[in-house]
Amino acid sequence: MDLERLGTAGDGAIRSRRGREREQENGKYLIALVGMSVLLLSTYQTCVAAAADWRSELVILRVDRKIDLTSHIVRVVMSLKVENTGSTRASDVIVAFPPGQVDNLAYLRASAAEGRGKNKVTVPLTANPFQSEDVPSGAALFSIALLKPLNKGETVTIEVLSVFTHSLMPLPEEITQAQSQLVIYRDSAYVLSPYPVKLQSTTVKTPSPRIESYTKVDPTKVVDAEIKYGPYENLPAFSFSSFIVHFENNQPFAVVKELVREIEISHWGNVQITEHYHLVHGGARLKAGFSRIEYQARPNIRGASSFKSLVARLPPRAHSVYYRDEIGNISTSHLKSDTRKTELEIEPRYPMFGGWQATFTIGYGLPLQDFLFQAADGRRYLNLTFASPFNDVVIDKLIVKVALPEGSKDPHVSIPISSVDQQQETKYSYLDTVGRTVVVLSKKNVIPEHNVFFQVYYNFSTFSMLAEPLMLVTGFFFFFLACILYSHFDFSISKSSVSYLAKLQREEVQDAIQRLQSVMNLRLAVSEKLEASLRDLARTGDVQACKAARKAADATLKDTAKELKSIHEFLQSSTQASHILPKVEELIHKEKEKQEKLLLKHSIVVDSVDKKLPSKEIDSRIASHEQKLVLLKQEVDELLQAVDDI
Amino acid sequence: MTGKTDVALNSVMAPLTLKMESLQLSMKNFRLKTKQQELLLRIGVLCLVYVLAFITRLFSVLRYESMIHEFDPYFNYRTTLYLTEKGFYDFWNWFDYESWYPLGRIIGGTLYPGLMVTAALIYWTLRLLSFAVHIREVCVLTAPFFASNTTIVAYFFGKELWDSGAGLVAAALIAICPGYISRSVAGSYDNEGVAIFALLMTFYLFVKAVNTGSLAWSVASAFGYFYMVSAWGGYIFIINLIPIYVLVLLVTGRYSLRLYIAYNCMYILGMLLAMQIRFVGFQHVQSGEHMAAMGVFFLMQVFYFVDWVKHQLDDPKLFQAFLKITVTGAVGAGGLALGLGMASGYISPWTGRFYSLLDPTYAKDHIPIIASVSEHQPTAWSSFMFDFHILLIFFPAGLYFCFRRLTDATIFIVLYGLTSLYFAGVMVRLILVATPAVCLISAIAVSASVKNLAVLVRSKPKAASSVVSKGSSSLKASAKISVDQSLPFQRRGAGILILGILYLLTSYVTHCTWVTSEAYSSPSIVLAARGAHGDRVIFDDYREAYFWLRQNTPPDAKVMSWWDYGYQITAMGNRTVIVDNNTWNNTHIATVGRAMSSYEHEAYEIMQSLDVDYVLVVFGGVTGYSSDDINKFLWMVRIGGGVFPVIKESDYLVNGEYRVDKGAAPKMLNCLMYKLCYHRFGELSTEYGRPPGWDRARGVEIGNKNVKLEFLEEAFTTSNWIVRIYKVKPPVNRW
Repeated sequence: MDLERLGTAGDGAIRSRRGREREQENGKYLIALVGMSVLLLSTYQTCVAAAADWRSELVILRVDRKIDLTSHIVRVVMSLKVENTGSTRASDVIVAFPPGQVDNLAYLRASAAEGRGKNKVTVPLTANPFQSEDVPSGAALFSIALLKPLNKGETVTIEVLSVFTHSLMPLPEEITQAQSQLVIYRDSAYVLSPYPVKLQSTTVKTPSPRIESYTKVDPTKVVDAEIKYGPYENLPAFSFSSFIVHFENNQPFAVVKELVREIEISHWGNVQITEHYHLVHGGARLKAGFSRIEYQARPNIRGASSFKSLVARLPPRAHSVYYRDEIGNISTSHLKSDTRKTELEIEPRYPMFGGWQATFTIGYGLPLQDFLFQAADGRRYLNLTFASPFNDVVIDKLIVKVALPEGSKDPHVSIPISSVDQQQETKYSYLDTVGRTVVVLSKKNVIPEHNVFFQVYYNFSTFSMLAEPLMLVTGFFFFFLACILYSHFDFSISKSSVSYLAKLQREEVQDAIQRLQSVMNLRLAVSEKLEASLRDLARTGDVQACKAARKAADATLKDTAKELKSIHEFLQSSTQASHILPKVEELIHKEKEKQEKLLLKHSIVVDSVDKKLPSKEIDSRIASHEQKLVLLKQEVDELLQAVDDI
Repeated sequence: MTGKTDVALNSVMAPLTLKMESLQLSMKNFRLKTKQQELLLRIGVLCLVYVLAFITRLFSVLRYESMIHEFDPYFNYRTTLYLTEKGFYDFWNWFDYESWYPLGRIIGGTLYPGLMVTAALIYWTLRLLSFAVHIREVCVLTAPFFASNTTIVAYFFGKELWDSGAGLVAAALIAICPGYISRSVAGSYDNEGVAIFALLMTFYLFVKAVNTGSLAWSVASAFGYFYMVSAWGGYIFIINLIPIYVLVLLVTGRYSLRLYIAYNCMYILGMLLAMQIRFVGFQHVQSGEHMAAMGVFFLMQVFYFVDWVKHQLDDPKLFQAFLKITVTGAVGAGGLALGLGMASGYISPWTGRFYSLLDPTYAKDHIPIIASVSEHQPTAWSSFMFDFHILLIFFPAGLYFCFRRLTDATIFIVLYGLTSLYFAGVMVRLILVATPAVCLISAIAVSASVKNLAVLVRSKPKAASSVVSKGSSSLKASAKISVDQSLPFQRRGAGILILGILYLLTSYVTHCTWVTSEAYSSPSIVLAARGAHGDRVIFDDYREAYFWLRQNTPPDAKVMSWWDYGYQITAMGNRTVIVDNNTWNNTHIATVGRAMSSYEHEAYEIMQSLDVDYVLVVFGGVTGYSSDDINKFLWMVRIGGGVFPVIKESDYLVNGEYRVDKGAAPKMLNCLMYKLCYHRFGELSTEYGRPPGWDRARGVEIGNKNVKLEFLEEAFTTSNWIVRIYKVKPPVNRW
């Protein structure tokens, strides 16, 4: 148990800082934080100051203690009625635990009852470890600060809940599959107290009426599954009388040796939780093998001490739940979900018998808006439960890692539990460049009572969200840029090799063909215009415009003819062009023929219009040309297509 | 050049008209040219095929989960994990204490590291690019990734062999061919996954080198060969096929300088590179399997020399005499060298595995350990049909087309197809090697016939137009017309044939998808069955048992099981095994076989001598799972008996019949394997209306219901009894 070191000099910086903060707003916190567990409020100095006179004249009028042994976690509830018989005011009440027990103490909570009857409310009190020389045989003390100091003759009722783990020792230590598990529990029949106790009684509750043996400290009484010690009267301070109960306890002794919870926040809408368990059955070890046929026939008798499944209560709207281990998915799990919770029932690959182990991982996603909020000062904070979602497990070591999104700064943790170690590390996940800040919290000996909400505050700018998409975009951009550059550079080593020269020539030929095509297109456009001018002529009778068009066309054709000739010559000279040369030549030839025919037709029409011949006459004169022109046009189109395909 | 034209044009044209022209031009350019359309189509199809090849292999991930399948992949996964965790040098020098207890295994020297290094490289690259993937995911998806790459190689190979159309068809066929999918679904993380890629790559590069005579391609093919050697023992096929191919070219008088360059460079460089793999090492120049390549190498030099002399000598008579002398001299010297090498032991003889490839009956008589593996059995006709489907029909047609157009490249693919098909007939698993060849040759058939038919279908309108326009223009056209007249239903017939081919191809696709999803996507670690109500029931017993071993036994526990489960136990159970799937030591396996087939007290002594702590058996009697240890048991007896003659197969048979019921042989009923499988099984009712102890896998009531174990105790049995683990009790105190 690590409570004993609280408030001492060896503490981490973060903890003492929080201690200071707490000190300032002590009173406010006390009322506000209902249900809070052990608080470390008063500081060491006050402890020391009180040390001199801590055994002031307090007397405990009455103690009722209930020891609950029904699961493998031992819960002890003490209700103390304290009276101040001395003259000085008392502000603290000290409770004591026997030396063996305190090592297993996982949790301590004190509360005071205020008011009477229906108005009765419990107010949490603070308890912290307390040290004194004046204690027999190393008993551990805790001082509980009262709400208001106790004056002479006044009484106060305090309730103390203490929870112990690993306190039930299996006896025998090894059992067979058919045996049920017997455990022993040791404690003192008298409540260990630094004050004299007037009247006290203790009730021990066991899970079943099967109690093998118990120590008698008269008066002792057994009723069903309850052993009652007491009442005892007028015992001096630090009275001790050991008792041992040996009884049957077949509750699942589910102990998690180590649990690593990884919480990863993504501002794109998800909180991913991954929990790695190392589960052990902490009860009596199985001896002489496991017989499937017996277990199969009567699992409740021939496997009484084993447990088959565990139930986890996940937050509502948990999604993408998985359950696997290092060798793959485990197919034995059930998920039930409604609006208030998600219930995950997992079965390890085999029934868990005493001493058997299993490691597994469960993971689930949570909607971001349910767990991430923005604080008043602009910081964001995650609000999530601390411990495992499984019922009734003891976690020997819990490590919670909160991975904040990349680019978050100044993480700050607020947690209402004591003795949590805090560290920071960096983690690299998908597309991370500088890494994510990971806040690592670790605590030993964790029980379900520790499953409270904690907060991680951090600064985060929304622009950081865009960093990763932008990175991807840039990456692709440079990739394509590289591709473009590659296709524009010449990487050949030898500039004089045959293949390189051939390649160059090929490119030149291609170039020439492209030029040829553009020239052809120009010429085609010219003929289109001529045709258009003829149509205009037929419509408007404007001979002048038609003649002008003819003039322009002539000039263009003349120039392009030159160009064509040069291309033709080049192709003739090139060896690489031999296979396309016939087509090209045919094209040039046909196209020329076509242009000539068109020009001829044009001049005939213009002449006829000048001579004011009737349109029928004109039609008959150009009919033969027209027919040829259509054929030529078709051929030229085909040839152009063919050249295009080369 | 274009710049010049622009200037020329500018000077002529008014800028306005130019603008209009260019606008028109750009509009025209927008319409893709036929060439560009074809390119776009080709790239589009290739991309689709690439994606298809990947996703069709993901059935197993969707049906089950992202996990490693089968047996050997678990070893590969374990070594890859080691490689990524400890680095290359530790991996290379790894001595594994966890297998072959007490001998151990030198991992670095007894594996082909190509697969692991590939996966690790992919993993490191992804990590470098800040993708936080798990190595398991990389391993699971390595095989599909390489299958996708294979389709690209198949395209280029097809293009090299025939034309780009054949390449496209080949890529599409190989992407979904069940023969290949069977070894490359997601999770089957085995050597073959990358090896087929390497194999096809090497062949392609070599053919390219032969076609071009380029040193660069030849060097590339040597590196392809190196990758293949590093990845799979099947490289033996390459190093024998290529010499055979060269020999065939020489015999058919197709010797050329291109061939000389391609082969010499590839052989010398490839050999030097291959010797860098520790598992191969000097075998490459010393073992009988590699001698053919060396012989052909020397033959090439003789050819070159003879060619040179022929060039120098003008007199054909003199040359004939010279040729006689040289050939006899060369053959004599070669034969003598081989004989001396064999006699002195410098050249090791062929291994049993190689013999069993050439002679299908060899393994059955001499090496039971090879014969015991189901994938080493001769192939049934049905599995050819199952794995190739219509490719079996297209294959001969493709051969016909290849012979019609014999080139160096088509000779290669014909040789590859025929030899690999023979090997596929010898061993089921070698169907895999034949698959690329079958796909390529079928692709040639499909592409060539579709092309021919399409020409016929399209010829009519063209011919008609030419009749109108040209009349009697050219001889060719008139010849076409005459053909048209001779076959009146040609167009229609061609159309129907094209439809027929399309139908065949569609049925191929349906078949492949069905086979992939039903037959080849089961991880075999997790068994699935249909429940009484048609729901899916999962038997996850293997992992249950392995995980139990991993968690609840001492870390140094030694587990004895039949060698099939060795890799899985080490990888998933993380415990030391006596024998595993790397069957390098026959005696050790025979010892385990002997222990399993002996009486309990004899077996106990053997187990004591091997420090065995746990014995694991696989038993299907409750679920009806038929590939369990009882059905494999005769092989244990045979392999055990092969080394230890005290074990006789006849002791376990009754009148030559293998049975486990009351009529079984007494030794059978009391041997260790029987006892371990049926321990307390006699009390269990497995089926309604049957007596207790009804074995559902064999459909009999067992003969020995009262199994008492003296030296072992039941430690764990999985929920469906498929795996049973027993603990070996410590020796009893003498006093």
